[in-house]
Amino acid sequence: MKWHVLRPLWVAIGLVGTILVARVFLVPDDFGIHGRNFTYGFHRLGNIQEWKDFPVKYQGREYCVECHEENVQSVNASPHEPVECENCHGPAVNHPDDVEFLPIDSSRELCLRCHAFLDYPNSSRAQIPHINNRMHKRRRECAQCHNPHDPREASE
Amino acid sequence: MTCSRRDFLKEAMGGTLASALPLSAFVFLSTEEAKAAIANSKVRWAFLIDAVKCTGCGLCVKACKTENEIPYDAPVTRTWVERYVVTKDGQTHIDSPLGGRDGFIDDKIRDEKIDPDDIAKAFFVPKLCNQCDNPACVQVCPVGATYQTNDGVVLIDREWCIGCGYCIMACPYGVRFFHPEHKVADKCNFCYHRITKGMPPACVECCSFDARRLANLEDPDDPVTKIITTERVAVLKDEYGTKPHVFYLGLDANVR
Repeated sequence: MKWHVLRPLWVAIGLVGTILVARVFLVPDDFGIHGRNFTYGFHRLGNIQEWKDFPVKYQGREYCVECHEENVQSVNASPHEPVECENCHGPAVNHPDDVEFLPIDSSRELCLRCHAFLDYPNSSRAQIPHINNRMHKRRRECAQCHNPHDPREASE
Repeated sequence: MTCSRRDFLKEAMGGTLASALPLSAFVFLSTEEAKAAIANSKVRWAFLIDAVKCTGCGLCVKACKTENEIPYDAPVTRTWVERYVVTKDGQTHIDSPLGGRDGFIDDKIRDEKIDPDDIAKAFFVPKLCNQCDNPACVQVCPVGATYQTNDGVVLIDREWCIGCGYCIMACPYGVRFFHPEHKVADKCNFCYHRITKGMPPACVECCSFDARRLANLEDPDDPVTKIITTERVAVLKDEYGTKPHVFYLGLDANVR
């Protein structure tokens, strides 16, 4: 072959070689096919562990009952039994280690999520006791009159 | 140009050898190694949504955003709740303000007041990532940043994602979005950090009406798996062939 063909060819070969060498250093060792096949399983294996290590915030009722047994029992005996503690009290995260007091959401808007009247007769919303938001004690927080832990009782 | 037979054979032999050499760079797995790589998983996560039970409180959306550190006021969310109001004239009114994060308190839909007497049916439909068996979003990723784990969940490598947005466009369900803080694609992963620890996803934990439940399809004794396999469940957009793994009870034909 003549030089004018060979010279750019060497440049191209050099470029490919550089990329291959750079690849060895830049691509992590655990990058490869770890799932079903190349199409769906081509990834960095360490990322699975990274997602598993993501911090948990909502700890669940079993976590609350360890210290607040009395409160959990009172809720469990009331019509609000299905409502998770952390829906109103906020996610526990590492409470009480990091945050001593959890911010309680006692706003009217929180109660209205379930108890605002919507005229949808065949939706399950209609089966929940409801109020007309525009008519019923407009300027009040619900918890001023109703006990959230047992809505059958008046609040203390 | 002349070429003797001897030269031709020499060249041909050399060429064959040179082209055969790169083959040695490939790794050949033994049968055992190949089986281990595919890893016959004992877990296949799936989801069951009872659209009849959903009351549209939106506490699942609030919990999801808090648990997964999605900017609370940004108009992006990993799961959302849609409200459908079908009127007697056959029109369907749909809305999902902020993904239903604050619930549905007002009966106005997109500032439009609908006369209760005109309503034929109204209901709420929660949506989230379908963790498809043939995920279109994974096929289009040019860098291998999104992938399917052996237990069926599609994850995104935040370090590897270049934020090109192909996957956001590829998903037929619109569950992917651009994370405003990490500047990468993001989506629901069934709270992978929770389900691998034996905890329910945050939205399941916070649902007061059992409208959302997690299932392991590989476990025949799982009560939710029993419902999926024995009752009449539907999936969204079956015609795309993505084999979605979020199953719905009581799904209406108006749901898109």
